[in-house]
Parts: sequence; C-alpha cells; structure tokens
Amino acid sequence: MASILSLSSTDQYLIIGLKLSALLVSGVVLLVFLFLLNESLPLLSQISIFQLFSDSSWHPVDGFYNLSPMLTATLLSTMGALLVATPLGISSAVFSRYYAPAFLKNGYRRLIELLAGIPSVVYGFWGLTTLAPLLATFHPPGVSLLTAILILALMILPTIALTADAAFLGVPTVYYSSAAALGLSRWRVIKDIVLPAARAGIFSGLMLAAGRAIGETMAVLMVAGNVVQFPTSAFDSVRTLTANIALEMAYAMGNHRSALFVSGLVLMMMVSVLVGLTEYFKRYKQ
Amino acid sequence: MKKIALLVFFVIAASFYWGVFAENSVSNESHKLILTGSSTVAPLVAEMGKRFEALHPDVRIDVQTGGSSRGVNDVRNRISDIGMASRALKADESELLSFTIAMDGISVIVNKNNPVTALSRQQIVDIYTGKIVNWQNVGGNNSPITVVNKAEGHSTLDLFLHYFNLNNSDIKADVIIGDNQQGIKTVATVADAIAYVSIGSAEYEAGHEVNIKLLPLEGIAASVENVRNQTFPLSRPLNLITREQPSGIIKAFIEFAGSEQVNDIIDGQYFVPVKH
Repeated sequence: MASILSLSSTDQYLIIGLKLSALLVSGVVLLVFLFLLNESLPLLSQISIFQLFSDSSWHPVDGFYNLSPMLTATLLSTMGALLVATPLGISSAVFSRYYAPAFLKNGYRRLIELLAGIPSVVYGFWGLTTLAPLLATFHPPGVSLLTAILILALMILPTIALTADAAFLGVPTVYYSSAAALGLSRWRVIKDIVLPAARAGIFSGLMLAAGRAIGETMAVLMVAGNVVQFPTSAFDSVRTLTANIALEMAYAMGNHRSALFVSGLVLMMMVSVLVGLTEYFKRYKQ
Repeated sequence: MKKIALLVFFVIAASFYWGVFAENSVSNESHKLILTGSSTVAPLVAEMGKRFEALHPDVRIDVQTGGSSRGVNDVRNRISDIGMASRALKADESELLSFTIAMDGISVIVNKNNPVTALSRQQIVDIYTGKIVNWQNVGGNNSPITVVNKAEGHSTLDLFLHYFNLNNSDIKADVIIGDNQQGIKTVATVADAIAYVSIGSAEYEAGHEVNIKLLPLEGIAASVENVRNQTFPLSRPLNLITREQPSGIIKAFIEFAGSEQVNDIIDGQYFVPVKH
C-alpha cells in the first residue's frame, strides 16, 4: 500500500507509534526468554542437560533434577483435556450457530462467554471441594490426573466453542445457502462443507486451548494431587510443570530455584513448539 | 530503522537497570538494618519490617533468606545486623544472643469422622513411609490411608521430617500440597486423609466447623496454648540473633518484633505469639 498511496504526516506519526508498540511487545517476549535463561544457567552449567531426564527422582534439595514425570503429566493432562473438550466445544458451536432456535442463540453464546471469564481458581476450588470427593468414592484420593483433565477440559471448552463459532461465522454464507439449495440435509452441509471450510480456524482455536491448558497453574495445583511420579492409571496423582513452580518457588534457593526456572524454560519451549505447529499446519492447509 | 530499534531496546534495558540502581542508592542515605537467615522467619520479619519502617521513616529494613545457618554465620561475621533462625542456638553458638519473637508448631490432622483419636510417633512414621496403608491397622475403619505431604522447601516439611527423623525421599505420599489451607481442605473433603499443618491455622479452622480434628502427640493436645507454653513437642522457636547486647535501632527493632504490636502479623502467618 505504501508504494501506491503517499503517507500523510499523521500516518507517519501513527506508524512510528505502531512500530514502537510492536517492538515493545516483542522486546518483552525476548526479555522474558533471556531472564529465564539467565536464571537457569547456574544449574545448567553444573549438570548436563540429560540429567533433567535421567536423574532418579525430583529431589532438588538433594541434587536430583528429573523433570520428565512432570513433563509427562503436563502433556497427558493437556492432551486428555483436549480429547474431552474438542468434541464438546465443536458440537456446542455447531448447535449455537446452526441448530439453536433464535431466542436461545444469543443467550447461549453469552453463557459460553461467561464460562470463559470465570477465574481458574474458582474452577480449582470447585474441583477440590466437589469433583474430587465425588471421584474419591470410586477411587481414593480423588485428586488425580483424571480430575485435572476434567477441570482443564471444562476450562478450555469455552475457548474451543467460541473460536469454532468464530470460524463458522467466517465461512461465506453462500456456501451454506448454495448447498441447501441443492437439497442437502443440514447435517450433511455442516459435515461436508462448513466444517472443512472452517478447519483452519478451529485448529487455531484448539492450539490456543492447548496453550491455556499447558499454562494453567492454580486449578491444576488444587486437583492433581501433585505427587511427582509417572501415572500408571488416570486415578494416580500427578504434578505438572506449572504446579511444580508454584508449589516450590516461594521457598526455593540456589540450585533448587534455578531448577524451577529450567522448568519454566521447558514450558516456554513447549508453547513455542505449539505456536510453530499452528503456523506449519496453517501453511500446509493452504 | 535498525538503528532506531537498537536504540529503543537499549533505552528499555537501561531503564530496567536504572530502576535497580536507583533503589540501592536511596537506602544508603538513611539507617539500614540488614537481616539474613531462615526462610521460615524471613516472611514474618519482612512484614514486621514494613510496619517498623512506617513508624520510623528514616529506617530501611533489608531482609534476605538463606537458612538458619546463614543467619548465624552472617551475624557472627558482621555481614548482617540481626540473624534469623528457626531453631534455638546450638552449644557452639553460645556466644551469640537470641530473642524469641514467635513459636511455630505443627499438628497432625485427620477428618472429623475418622474414629482414630490418637497416633503414636511410630505409627505416624509407618503411615508416612508406607508401612501402614490401612486405617484398620491403627484402630480405624477398613479403608486405605491417603497420605498428604508438603511440597519441598516448606518449613513445616523441614520441621516434620526433623522431628520424626525422616528423609523426604522415604515418604510415600498420595497427595502433595502447597499451603496449610490446601491441606485442611483436602483432609476436610477426603475422609481417609492424614496431613500435618501449622497449629494456628488448624485450630482456627477446626473451631469454625471445618471437618477436621487435631491429633494429640505423645499425649499432649495440639493447641496454640501448648505451643506457647512450650509443652507441645512438635514445635520450635523463631529467633532473632545478635552478636552483642543490642542497642539503638537494633534494640528498637527487636523490642518491636517481640511486642504485642505485631501479634496480628504473627497470627496472620499461622505462627504463635510468645507470652508477654
């Protein structure tokens, strides 16, 4: 555009402002990364990186730094939550956009938006006082990987539903009306035309939801049980990377503190991989 | 454009550093008290320090953690003005002076509906190391025990391990918690759970219709009163340590930290104020 239209002086000021804000935002990300790296270095310079996965256990005070049980717990709880929430979230969006009667449509969407706005600690508290005792009647202690998955699923459900809804909105109306004019059933149109056309948007929503699930701390801390171990069943207690940082940071010193920053670094890398994947799939789809 | 970007980056970075240095240079102008030591005592003293600063605007209180031993060493080597230790002075530290500002005690708690009314020292050790896994074996219902432990680094964990002579790696926990509240909530909702928390918070919650009960230890009831009169075994003093008889601003702060003016801060952190 710049080559076609000449810029007024207002435009030029605006551009400087925009560039500055963009620089500030990217600068913050860079600073966070440098900070994490800087705080992690005291430990990383003393032990080999493989020890983070090969040590016998996580007892940082005694010099054992195995992060892999917690990495596994983070991955399992995130994938579990996605598995539970994805079908529900997409169905919810399909319902509100294509099946809900007009009087219900808006109210339902507001309800989902409200669900997205509930603070995570409220979900955690509900999980600890209601869901955990309920699950404990089947298999004590009730706080477990499964409880964490269910709470996380509940938390990311509105994210998936709202982004899927926005993706459906982006599908040109003419697709829908032309298909309907051909006499296809409503479900057939949704399944074969709307869903494929909206899949890039839905997929971005899923990645956003996965990012939220990976980063969630308070709610998971309250319901996952926090024992550092590889779970052998969904009823086992697990500790995620974020919960580990929150549990131990207040009291950690020296190498222990540094090890917690290493887990922060690992989390940041996981999110980066997720962002990379999203980008890759977007390009691959086009 | 690249040059401008670089310039902006440096301006941002510089402002971060400027903030840090500016803070340091201010404190040199007035009286400064440096306290180092126990990470249990530090948050308590930091709160007291804030109130003290409000009363004495020309004084700055600088609190740093590093463990009780560092607290003792720093005050010996004159690196700090006052040391903080979550234990009594040892025999080889007798040249120093200690002032108890609060007591810390922990209680084993179980669900109110649990028929067990007392556990021996050995029973608690066996439960926490996984040798006893059913309440039946200690006179309770036939149901598996849910063992609740604290996350690494918490002072209550240190005190518990030290008292029962355990290593954290020996403990077979089912649930690991962060703060006292989480432990109390877990025991109140999971009928077969056992946990240990600060006595102050446990007694408060049990008195407010939360479904927990405090178990006595070695025949002595777990209560704030018994921690205060030093009969409850699972407790320790929180001390301030000096090299010589304190004077001036050091004396003023120690007297302030041991006075009734800070009882609400001590209660707020679930410690027990000393007798006045």
